[in-house]
Amino acid sequence: MQRIGVFVCHCGTNIAGTVDVKAVAAALKNEPGVVFSTDYQYMCSQAGQDMIKEAIAEHHLGGIVICSCSPRMHEATFRKTAAAAGLNPYMVEIANIREQCSWVHKDMAVGTEKAIILGKAAVAKVNLNTPLTPGQSPVTKRALVIGGGIAGIQTALDIAEAGFPVDIVETKPTIGGKMAQLDKTFPTLDCAACILTPKMVDAGQHENIRIFSYSEVTAVKGFVGNFDVTIKRKARYVKEDVCTGCGLCTEKCPQKKVPNEFNLGMDNRRAIYIPFAQAVPKVATIDPDYCMMLKSGKCGVCSKVCTAGAIDYKAKDEYIEEKYGAIVVATGFNPISMEKFDEYAYSQSKDVITSLEFERLTNAAGPTQGKLLRPSDGEHPHTIVFVQCVGSRCEACSEKGKEYCSKICCMYTAKHAMLTRDKYPDTDVYVFYIDVRTPGKNFDEFYRRAVEEYGVHYIKGMVGKVSPEGKKLHVQASDLLAGKQLHIDADLVVLAAAIEPDRSARPLATMLTASMDTNDFFTEAHPKLRPVESPTAGVFLSGACQGPKDIPETVSQAGAAAAKVIGLLCKDHLTGNPCVAHADEMMCNGCSTCERVCPYGAITYVEKEFRMPDRTTKLRRVASVNEAVCQGCGACTVACMSGAMDLRGFMNRQIQAEVDAICK
Amino acid sequence: MQVTEYKPLIVAFCCNWCSYAGADLAGNNRLSYPADVKIIRVPCSCRVNPMFILRAFQRGADGVILCGCHPGDCHYTTGNYYTRRRMALLFSMLDYLGIERERTRVEWVSAAEGAKFAATMNDFVAQVAALGENKRLEDLRCKK
Amino acid sequence: MQNKNERRREQILRISGVNPLKCMRCGKCSATCPSYDEMEYHPHEFVYMVETGDLEPLIHSASIYQCLSCMACVERCPRGVEPGKLIEALRLTVIREKDGNHMTADTIPAVIDDETPQQAIVSALRKYTK
Repeated sequence: MQRIGVFVCHCGTNIAGTVDVKAVAAALKNEPGVVFSTDYQYMCSQAGQDMIKEAIAEHHLGGIVICSCSPRMHEATFRKTAAAAGLNPYMVEIANIREQCSWVHKDMAVGTEKAIILGKAAVAKVNLNTPLTPGQSPVTKRALVIGGGIAGIQTALDIAEAGFPVDIVETKPTIGGKMAQLDKTFPTLDCAACILTPKMVDAGQHENIRIFSYSEVTAVKGFVGNFDVTIKRKARYVKEDVCTGCGLCTEKCPQKKVPNEFNLGMDNRRAIYIPFAQAVPKVATIDPDYCMMLKSGKCGVCSKVCTAGAIDYKAKDEYIEEKYGAIVVATGFNPISMEKFDEYAYSQSKDVITSLEFERLTNAAGPTQGKLLRPSDGEHPHTIVFVQCVGSRCEACSEKGKEYCSKICCMYTAKHAMLTRDKYPDTDVYVFYIDVRTPGKNFDEFYRRAVEEYGVHYIKGMVGKVSPEGKKLHVQASDLLAGKQLHIDADLVVLAAAIEPDRSARPLATMLTASMDTNDFFTEAHPKLRPVESPTAGVFLSGACQGPKDIPETVSQAGAAAAKVIGLLCKDHLTGNPCVAHADEMMCNGCSTCERVCPYGAITYVEKEFRMPDRTTKLRRVASVNEAVCQGCGACTVACMSGAMDLRGFMNRQIQAEVDAICK
Repeated sequence: MQVTEYKPLIVAFCCNWCSYAGADLAGNNRLSYPADVKIIRVPCSCRVNPMFILRAFQRGADGVILCGCHPGDCHYTTGNYYTRRRMALLFSMLDYLGIERERTRVEWVSAAEGAKFAATMNDFVAQVAALGENKRLEDLRCKK
Repeated sequence: MQNKNERRREQILRISGVNPLKCMRCGKCSATCPSYDEMEYHPHEFVYMVETGDLEPLIHSASIYQCLSCMACVERCPRGVEPGKLIEALRLTVIREKDGNHMTADTIPAVIDDETPQQAIVSALRKYTK
C-alpha cells in the first residue's frame, strides 16, 4: 500500500463552482492508502506546487493524486513537481474533475458525487503504480538513404551539409533516378540534367556521403537510433576504385545488342556499360546476363582494352553491415505497365509510346539525339495525340490501373505538347483529357500558355481506341464539349501512364516494419502534421515513395526529411516513453500472437534458459519487447492469451482497479 | 416515500489521443451530459481488454462504451481496427449472455468532436436508462 | 471549300479581336446568357466551334440572331474571351456574305410594338445591317 496524498484544486470557481472541493478532499481522506488530503485555490500555481512538494516531504508520500483539470493540460507540470520533490514522476495520477466533471455538470451534489468517484478511481490506480524510469538508447550518428534519385540525393546532401555521414544505397549502377532521364522540367523548362547533374556530382564528392550504387538493402534490424543494416553490393565485375570511367570498354565490347534500359529499350547498349555520360559514380558495369565472358568464358575484350586494369570477372556479391541512426526511404516511382491497356495499341505499334519514352525521344542524350522522330521509321511525326490519365483514376478497373491521380501527368503533358509545338510548329498536337489539374505555382499559367500561345488542341474526352493502319495510327476519341466522336489519323500517340511505387518498396517496408497503404505508398505518421515521418520511429520518407510528387515537391519533402533526420542525429541519447509493454517471461507461452499484432515490430521472441522447480533448466521461447520501439498502444496486452503481456503505466490491475472504484 | 430516480452507471473508456481530448473539448465548450458517465483514460482503444468490460458488468455497471479515434486516424495506426474486431466479437458474446446490445457500444470520436462526444453520451445514457438496471452479470458478492 | 471556311474564320477572329484559345470552357458565358433557352448553339459552343473551325452549323443557325448582344457574357468571362463579340462578328460575316441586310427599314415596323424598348430598335439597326 502506498502512502498517498490527495490534492483537490478549486481552479478558482471553475471546479469549486460545481464541486464541493472540501467535501471531495474529506471523502478521499478515507480511501485506502490516503494519508493526506487537502484542497487549494490553484494547484498548478507556484504556491500550489510548493504545497505538494512540502506535503510529499512531510508525509513521506509514495504517490499523489491531483484532482484538477485534464491530464492533457497539467500532467507534465505535476510530474515535474513530483520529480522536484524526489518522487518518481510516474507516481502521479490525475483525476479530471474539471473538463469531465465540473464543466459538464451543473448541479453541485451531482458534480461532487462524481468528483469523489473519479478521485477514488485515481487513488485506486495510484495504489498500484510503480516507479517508472524512461529507457535511454544511444544514437548512431549516421544516416542511410535508400534510393538515389533527386529525393535521395537532396536528403543526403542536406544531412551531409549538417555534418553527419550519410550513405546512399541505389540499385542502379548510377544515382540520378528518374530525373536523370527527363529532358526539360515544368513549369520553368530548365533542362533536367543541368540542374540535377551538379547535385549528383556534389553528392559523389561530398566527404560525408558514401554512395553504394548497384546495391540493395537486404536486411534491417534494430530500432530508432540503432539500426543494423545489411547492404548487398552486387558484383559489377569492375573495380569501382580503379575504373576511371574512360568508357573505352563500352565502345569495344562486341556484345552490342543489349536493350538500353536508360533509354527504355529504345536503343541498344553494350554488355559493359556506363548508363549515361554524367553517371555518378562514373564507373562501368558488366551486365552478367549478356556478357559473353561471364556466360561462356569466351571474350575478355574489355579486360584487354582496360588500361587501368579495372575488370574483374571473378567478382562476387559482397555484403556489408553498417549501423545507422536514421533511415530515409526514397525509393521513388515507376510508370505502370501498359500491358492491360491494349486499346491504345501500345504492344502493337512502336509509335505508341509512354510519356517517359517521349522524354527520352526529345532528350539530346536520348536515342535520337533529341530529334523527335517516330520510333518505327525515324520519320518526323506531323500529328501527335497525347492521352492523359492512362491507368490513373481508374477505380472500376483497379486490377488494370490505379485509383489515385498520378498528379504529374497534366503538367508534363502540357510541357511535351508545348515543346513539340515550339520545336516543330508544323505539328498538330492533340491532348485528350478528363480534367486538367494544375495546382502549383505557375502551373496553370504554364498550361494556358500551351493552349493560347502554342495552340495545342486540348480536347475534353478520352481516347477510346487506337488502331494501327498502315503508317498511321487511327485514333478514335470523344470530344465531350462538342458532343462528337473524333477520328484522328496520328503519327505518334503518347500515353501518360499512371505512376506506381517502385517494386522494391513493399519488401523494404516489411524489413523496416514501416506501414504502407493499399497502393504500396508509404504512409506518413500523420497526414498533415508529420508528413515526412513513417509511423515507425527513425524511418523517414522522401519523395514519390510516399505519394505522387513533382520535382519541387519532392525536393521540399527531401529537405524536410533531412531536417527531421538531423534533429534525431543531433541527440546523443533518445529518452523513451516508459509506459511501454512488458512481457512476464514466466507466464509467456511463446505463441507469437503479440508479435503479429504489434504495429511497430517492437516484439521479438528469444530463446531463454529457465530454471524449473525440479532444478533442471529448460530452454523456452519468450516474448521480448524492445522498449525503444514500443509506442505503448497496448494492442499486444489484449491479444496475449496467457496474460503475460502488460502495459506499464496502464497495467491490467490498474485499469481494473479504476473500473472497480467507479462501479462500487 | 420519496422515489429516487434510476441512475444508470456507465463506464466509458476513452483513448488518450482522440476521444479523451474530445471529452475534454465537450468540457471546454460546457456541453453537458449526464454525470452517470465515468471516463477511464487508456492510451488506445485497443488497450481495452474484454476483461475490463466483463469486470465492469460484474461490478454492476449498466452500460459500457468505448471511444476511439476514427478508423484510419488511430495514433498507433491500426489500434482501433483491433478494437472494432474484438468488440464485435465480445458484444455478440455478451448479447448471448443476456447483456443487451444496447448496453455496449463502440463510438469513434475525434479530438475535434466535443459536440459528438456529448451527444453520444446523452444518447447512450438514455438508451441504457431505458433498459433499466443490469442484473444479468452482476455479481452479488461484489455488492456492498 | 476548306479555304473559304478558313478565310471566314480568320475574318471573324479579325473583326471580333477574340482569341478563342483563351477559353477555359468554364461555361460562365452560357450560364449568364438571357436567351439561352432560345438558342440552338450557346455562347460557349460558339467559341469552341469557331476555335475548331466548325462554322457551317453556326452560319445556318438562327442562334446568331437570337443573341441579344447584351454582352453579359463579355462582362462575366473570367478569361476575357468576349464570346458576344465573336457572335457579333459571325453574324456580321454572314450578313455581309448574303450581301444584304438581315432586316430592312420596311420590315421593321411589323416586328415592333409599343413595348419594344427604343434601345433594342437602335441596336437592331447595328446588329442586322452590313
